Parts: sequence; structure tokens; C-alpha cells
Amino acid sequence: MATAYDIATKQADLEKDGRAPVVAVENLQKAFAGHKVLNGISLSVDRGETLAVLGRSGTGKSVLLRLIIGLAKPDSGSIRIQGQDIEGLALDRMGEIRKKMGFLFQQAALYDSLTVAENVAFPLEHHRREMPRPERADRVMQLLAEVGMEGALKKMPSDISGGMQKRVGLARALALEPEILLLDEPTAGLDPISSGEIDDLILKLQHERQMASIVVTHDLHSARTIANRLALLNEGSVAIEGTFEDLQQSDIAFVTEFLKLS
Amino acid sequence: MSDLGFTAVAGVNPPLPGRRSEPPSSVAISATGLAEGFFEWFGDLGIFFWQVLRAAVTPPFEWRELIRQLDEVGSRSLPLIAMAGGAIGVIVSLEARYSLSRFGAKSMFPATLVYSVIQVMGPIITGLVVSGRVGAGMGAELASMKVTEQIDAIEASAINPYRLLAATRILACILMLPLLTLAADACALLTGWFAQALVEPLSFHQFVSSGFKGATFSAFLPQTFKTAVYGLIIGLIACFQGMRTRGGAAGVGRAATNSVVLASLFLILADVVMVKFILVVFP
Repeated sequence: MATAYDIATKQADLEKDGRAPVVAVENLQKAFAGHKVLNGISLSVDRGETLAVLGRSGTGKSVLLRLIIGLAKPDSGSIRIQGQDIEGLALDRMGEIRKKMGFLFQQAALYDSLTVAENVAFPLEHHRREMPRPERADRVMQLLAEVGMEGALKKMPSDISGGMQKRVGLARALALEPEILLLDEPTAGLDPISSGEIDDLILKLQHERQMASIVVTHDLHSARTIANRLALLNEGSVAIEGTFEDLQQSDIAFVTEFLKLS
Repeated sequence: MSDLGFTAVAGVNPPLPGRRSEPPSSVAISATGLAEGFFEWFGDLGIFFWQVLRAAVTPPFEWRELIRQLDEVGSRSLPLIAMAGGAIGVIVSLEARYSLSRFGAKSMFPATLVYSVIQVMGPIITGLVVSGRVGAGMGAELASMKVTEQIDAIEASAINPYRLLAATRILACILMLPLLTLAADACALLTGWFAQALVEPLSFHQFVSSGFKGATFSAFLPQTFKTAVYGLIIGLIACFQGMRTRGGAAGVGRAATNSVVLASLFLILADVVMVKFILVVFP
């Protein structure tokens, strides 16, 4: 069972050895209107690894993902993506790093004026301009087929269900073949069967692509299924990090209660 | 808070009626807060404008989105602008005929109509109509995208939202306003002539020859191209209000309203400055 100090020390040792984690977050602090949401978070994720971040609602899980992708700035602390500190990077420079990352928003955030196919093609149109149109269309079809949405090419986001929107959002997040995948509550609001299908999809993609993934979820069952390690947040800091067995063996009151009620 | 402060000053969100009078110190604090909000709004606008300008001049350029916005701002506003211009032409024609008749100067009618429309009414009416239609539409669209995280998704996809969303819209407004103004002027002159011709015989050829007699390009072009500044104001305010929206559906409504009101207000204030500038530079 790893403490925050262990994580930070391990990260420093890896950086010295030239084996830096793909994503490394150290002592992150973030407050909104005086209310501290993140209070010294330290985490790291390696290639091919999936870290599930769990916690109660409002504990800053989604904020953590937004800080990692650079949609918000921390009050203090550092975030390194493949060894590069993203603090203070200009928008275009940050864009180069974001091309290596895929982000699935909690509500999918599909562009509502574009069809499903156009949504998935959007990153390709902007970052693979040299790709011929037929090849791009094939790639879009391939991505949608991977998530089981190949029949919805011409549909608008408003015409499909929430679960389908998440699948399309996942296809869009994978369009540029990212090395890092960030998933914000991928199964939130879905029925158990749809949740299971999303979990299977994430596992399959992880097995095939060996990405470094961070999944924010409050669904412990989903986290157990897809993650190598779990980090449980409480009051803005990491209460415990490790495998599910580590959590089960913990005698921290909050962890015990979280597992009991999940 | 800064946005509410400024829009309260502009009268968009007026204070609730019937409040009890507050102690002077509270009033002073409120006034200080309002002033702070006022300057903070301008500061944020300046930062936003700088970010858009930087994005607009660095590749890759979003040509497809620019063309889409040129169509949205220009082509789709044309019917409304034509109607507004036509109505203005009739109004100015009726008023001018009445006023000129009183002073025995009916022969000045064509020149009065031409100069009134091209130098004053055409530009300002075009600006206000476009501010209403395009400003509200842009503000609401971008606000809706903001509250549904679509703008965040664009940024997370490593695409500069200032370049894709704001720069294209602002540039479309700058390019289309002068052309729409010309369209409004043409419709106004046509309907103005027609309204006059219904009362007194006046051929269109006579009307044009008399109206533009002695006119030079400097008499009309600056007034038409000043509408490019109107376009900048409308696009900038609408994009600024839309892209910083918070608060769900209510926030979207506020963004749309504020876009129209603030753009119209700044447009009129800018016209005061530009009219003086044009009179000095092009006497």
C-alpha cells in the first residue's frame, strides 16, 4: 500500500534513471472560491497501466483530469506529461502535448452541430490534413466499429442515447492514436449492461494499445474490472493507493466505509 | 462577478426595485465593487482580444470555418438587411420631403436622401440589425458550447478555440459588415426613390444624377468602411460573452442578451468617435 511520499519518491527515482512515468502529478493543490478541492495530490501512471481514481462526489476527481489535460491550472504543484512540465506552457505548445492525449468527458461533449461521423473525424481533419478524404473516412468507420457505433454515421448527437454518445466520445478520443487516455466517469448514468459493455471496451482497447490511462469513477465494480491500481481520494488528498486487495486490507476508516457502501 | 458589474452599469441587469436605502458605507462599497467590475471586464476583454489576435495570425488557418461564417454572417443576414434598408429608405424619404418642402428646398431631396442614407442611416442601421441577429446568435451558440463543454473538448483535441471559433467569426463580421451596408444603402435608395416617385414624377436616372452630383469617393467610402469597425465590435463582444459563459441555460440567455446590448452600445459610442475622425481626416 503506497503513501503519497512513496509515490513522490518513486517518481523522482524514475526520473533520475530516465524511466519517468508517462503522467506524473506531484503535490497538486487547487481551490475554488476559497474551498480547497485538491490538497497535495501526487500520482503517477506508466505506459500500459490503468489507474482508477475513486472518491465521493465533489472530491476533485474530475478537476484532477482537467488539470492534467491543461483545461485548468493548479494553484501549486507540478504536472509532467512524458517528463515535460506543462506549467506555463502556451496554448499552441500545450496543443502538441494534447495530441498525445485522448479525453472522454463525463457527458461526452460531442459537437451538437456535427454528425457522429463528423465528430469522430474532427481531430483528424485538423491534425491529419495530409490524410486523403477516403482514408479519413475509412479511419472514422474503423474507430466507430471499434466502439460498436458504425451504424450511426449520419446521426446527430441528439438522436442517440447517453451511452451511445459516450461510445462516440471514446471513438473521438482515440482518433489520433493517443498514448495517454483520460476518462471522466465513463459509466456514469448508464445501466449495468451498458456499463459492462463500456468496461469491456476499455479493457480491449487497453490490451491492444497499451496506453497509460486514468479513469475517474465512483463505480468501484468498474474500477476493479478495468484498473491495475486504484487511488481513493478523500478531502482533497489520496487516502490510499494500490490494488483492490490493498484497499480491502486497509484499516483506514474512510476506505473501509467506502468499500462497504460501494 | 465582473461581467455582472459591467452589465449592471449598462442597465442590462438593473437592480431590484423597492429596496430600502442602505448605509452610505455599503453604498460606497457597492460603487467600488461596480467600478472594479467595470475595469475588470475591460481587462478581460483586452486579454481575450490579444489571444484571438495571436491565434488569427498564426497557422494553421481555419479557412473552411471562415467561409462557413462568411455565409452565416453575410448571406443569411442579407434578407433582413434588405428589408431594414428598404424601410429606412421610405422613412427618410417621407421625412425629408416634408422637411424640405417646409423650407422650399424640394430640389435638394435626392442629395438629402443619398447623403442621409449613405453617411448616417445605412451604416448605423446595418450595424444595429447585425448586432441583434448575428450578435445574439453567436453569443448564444458559443455560450451553449461553453456550458456543454464542447469548447473544452475542442481545446482538449489540441485545437485552438480562439482560432477556430473566435477569430473566424470576428473576421467574418469585419469583412461582411461593409458589404451588408452597401446592400442596405442600395435598398434604402431604391425604396426612397420609389416613395418619392409615387408622389412626384422623378426618374431613377434623374434621382441618381442629382443625388450624387459633385460627390466624391471620400464622401461615402469612409462611412461605409467604418462598418468594418462595427463588425469587429459585434464579433468581439459576442465571442467574448459566449466563450466565458457560466451558469447553464440562464447563462446562455444572459450571454445572448449581453452580446446584443453591449455590442449595440459600443457600436453607437464608437460611431461618435469615428464620425468625428472621418470629418477631420476627410473634410
